[in-house]
Amino acid sequence: MTSGTEAAVARPQEIRRGREVSTTPRSPSEGDSRRGPAGLDIVEISAWFGETQVLDDVSLSVPSATVTALIGPSGCGKSTFLRILNRMHESVPGAKMAGEVYLNGEDIYAPGHRPTDVRRQIGMVFQKPNPFPAMSIADNVVAGLALTNTKVSRSDRTDLVETCLTRAGLWNEVKDRLSRPGSVLSGGQQQRLCIARALAVQPKVLLMDEPCSALDPTSTRRVEETIAELRYDVTIVIVTHNMQQASRVSQQAAFFLAEQDTPGGIVECGPTTDMFSNPSDQRTADYVNGRFG
Amino acid sequence: MTSTIGAPSPLVPFKRKEPRLLLPGLDPSDRIFHGTARIIGMFVLVMTGAIGIFLGYQSIPTLHHYGFHFFTQTAWQPELDKIGIASVLVGTFEVALVAMTVAFPLALMLALFITDYAPKRVKSWLISAVDLMAAVPSIIYGLWGFYLLQPQAINLARWLSQYFGWFPLFHVDTDANAAVWQQSRYTSSAFIAGLAVSMMAIPLACAVMRAVFDQAPIGEREAAMALGATRFGVARTVVFPFAKGGIIGGTMLALGRALGETAAVLIIVSPDFQIKARILEAGTQTTSALIAGYFGDATKSQLSALLTAGFVLFLITLVVNTGAAVVIGRSRSGASTEI
Amino acid sequence: MAALHVVEAVEPATEPAKKRPPRKIRAFTIDDWFSTIGSLLASLALVWIVYDHILDGSGILGFAVCWYMAFLIVYAAVASVSNPRHIVVDRMVTVSLYIAAAIVIGALASTVIYTFFEGWRAFVHANFFTHDMSAVSPTAPLNQGGILHAIVGTIIEVGIAVAVSVPLGVGTAVYMTEVGGRGSKLVRTVVEAMTALPEILAGLFIYVVLIVGFGMSKSGLAVSAAMAVTMVPIIARASEVALRVVPSGLREASSALGATHWYTVRKVVLPSALAGLGTAVILAIARGIGETAIPLICSGASSFLNFNPSGVPMNSLPLFIYTAYTTHEPGAIIRAFGAASVLLTMVLALFVAARFLLRDKSARR
Repeated sequence: MTSGTEAAVARPQEIRRGREVSTTPRSPSEGDSRRGPAGLDIVEISAWFGETQVLDDVSLSVPSATVTALIGPSGCGKSTFLRILNRMHESVPGAKMAGEVYLNGEDIYAPGHRPTDVRRQIGMVFQKPNPFPAMSIADNVVAGLALTNTKVSRSDRTDLVETCLTRAGLWNEVKDRLSRPGSVLSGGQQQRLCIARALAVQPKVLLMDEPCSALDPTSTRRVEETIAELRYDVTIVIVTHNMQQASRVSQQAAFFLAEQDTPGGIVECGPTTDMFSNPSDQRTADYVNGRFG
Repeated sequence: MTSTIGAPSPLVPFKRKEPRLLLPGLDPSDRIFHGTARIIGMFVLVMTGAIGIFLGYQSIPTLHHYGFHFFTQTAWQPELDKIGIASVLVGTFEVALVAMTVAFPLALMLALFITDYAPKRVKSWLISAVDLMAAVPSIIYGLWGFYLLQPQAINLARWLSQYFGWFPLFHVDTDANAAVWQQSRYTSSAFIAGLAVSMMAIPLACAVMRAVFDQAPIGEREAAMALGATRFGVARTVVFPFAKGGIIGGTMLALGRALGETAAVLIIVSPDFQIKARILEAGTQTTSALIAGYFGDATKSQLSALLTAGFVLFLITLVVNTGAAVVIGRSRSGASTEI
Repeated sequence: MAALHVVEAVEPATEPAKKRPPRKIRAFTIDDWFSTIGSLLASLALVWIVYDHILDGSGILGFAVCWYMAFLIVYAAVASVSNPRHIVVDRMVTVSLYIAAAIVIGALASTVIYTFFEGWRAFVHANFFTHDMSAVSPTAPLNQGGILHAIVGTIIEVGIAVAVSVPLGVGTAVYMTEVGGRGSKLVRTVVEAMTALPEILAGLFIYVVLIVGFGMSKSGLAVSAAMAVTMVPIIARASEVALRVVPSGLREASSALGATHWYTVRKVVLPSALAGLGTAVILAIARGIGETAIPLICSGASSFLNFNPSGVPMNSLPLFIYTAYTTHEPGAIIRAFGAASVLLTMVLALFVAARFLLRDKSARR
């Protein structure tokens, strides 16, 4: 598989970021607070849209350098939960939340933290690929740097573009047409471009909201391979409807459920293999065996 | 005998058939309806087209008489048979350009404010306020401009001419540094008229820009936000590139309106038939103010001259407005934007 | 690989959930408030001191401009201390946008308020609304004479114009959307082009053709004709939009029931589009009553109350305002503002009616 060799490429170079100058990269499992994947401790999250509560006291612990899958039927609040993790939920008018989300021990909702800074550390890839059509492929990849005022020298920039596209499994397909606009790519390629773009700002956690649901099976497979390789560089939380996908890519899974007219929450959570072969809750067993959902 | 379900009947051999000719015809009432609608449409077409043709036709004797000098002559002295629209056209553009220089940034900023920054409850009120601004008659802006704005604005004009008078645009033929300065040299200028006209240009441009900003795809907006962009970062990366056509088109529409504006200019401006770049100085003339001011005593031939001036104005606004429609229609946001 | 934690999650609806109230998420911290207000005050103080010396007191406008510039500079400096550059830029833009919105809304508010402020002395007198100016000179005191003739004139002129242009405009829109065909594309192009026609050219056209050409006298009828010329394209285009928005499913349903096209349009399409059509007409009316150049050219500023639209000059509000203004007499100016207030009130009323028509009728409030 060519993707294996693509993934084993050198890490991104030093980047001058605003005022700080980053140190040399560490190995993945150390959960270093400067770079590399980090864990999330999510404590008693509740969410409202206006007066309607959609999540009630949900807690979850996401270890660093793993892939955690959020599964469950539609409308249980999985996407809302995901958006709380990178502070996108509050951009909806009338949206409210309660609880804390700890990234490396710090609550991202504490008053001193700006949402824009949080989103640099916790990135997101969306269901529908959304590259910026006015920019070339290369510009798309580094778009996040320009948006957060991270200065990169010209040579660093080309290296970064190559590294991120490689990690996203797209380099070989686009290396000859980096200056073409992002919209000329196919759906699967666009989604991998979005992944590369998210990776370029070097987040500690990457959130993925059903990233393959709009893609054909071949592209889905490629994205799943990418996800499996990325987890050493960045902790991944992925929302998916596809249980086979969850069992393929994740180490830990959390099953969301919402009864009629009640807010959603996590019914069960644990290692993926246990969830599928030997779930403790009857509802989980019903769902993974396809009896509803 | 039971027949096999789904198999074609063996009795009729397969023949390639021609498509059937269907001539349903129209119901009698529909015939009348379509006919009437067609007549109305044609009538409106003829009537509106006739205006353009008529104005053009009336210009022929004037152009015949004065020839190309009509466009180079600055004076308007019918009794000396010296008529030309050179200064008038320059004045029209000066007033319109002042108006657009003020209106463009304000309209753009207001449109962005309404779509991205205004709190939800305030948003609909702001949209109504902009629509109301478009509905206010121009004569009211004229009165406002003359009685309220002008006394304040001439101070600004004087300040500009004091410190930037070396630049021909801001120069005024008077001593700006005198302790008692000549206020009358600053009133009734293209600058002040332009400010009043901008009040009519702003809502027009803002409405188009706002409609286009609202259509910026939310997927791209979210992508930018998820990368850590600030609100302005999202506007810069997603909204403005998307809305380029709407921004340019809306500005051109507003320009078309500014070129044809009459009442406010009539009230504020004192006629002066010179070509001059000194917009802060008193006196200028625009095409529509010329027509409104001089049609009364016009003889047949002078009337024809005014009509020619009107025809030129019509052509200019036509080009500007058609250009605006094309730019908007071709843009990413184009198809669904109503201007 | 780090050890995985298995956390017991809270099961919904079976445990008494500990109710945590929503958090207040402040986008603007205390530090931000202080730096904004501090910069405002500092720049104000700075400009206050400096203004009189450098700029010789050039009026309020100049002061405001200088304060704005000073504020931007001070705020940028203050914000840069604790924020990276893109945040500072974002803050500056936010502040500028708020100020721009305030400028525009302020200008609109000042126009409306100033008009009423200058005109109120006229309409505290009841005679302002019940008399005309026939027996009264323009310089007469305000308890004599009035603008009844102008109000009546405006209503009659606009009324005739509407009666003519609504059928033509809506009919053209129906032609363009329902009947279609090759001609309709041409009609649409021409109609769109004509919405750009400056009102003075419409007036000039009518003047030369009807008044000079056919010898018609300057009258309310001529004004109505010219108004119709400007109103028809506006109504046609706005109505076309309103009709196009009617879902084609409705039309198909009606045809499937066997209705003729005319019946469909009359009973299904037009009623659905009624709100949009009404708004189109109202907007055209608001445009028409404010036009000054047309009555200036096609009618005369008579001072008599006159209900006859043909043969005799008919005054109207915008024309009255303009002619009163040209006298430059203080009494006449007040009357002008009084008339302007009446005109503005009419526009406001029309505007509120348009908003009312377009209100969100769904129960989703």
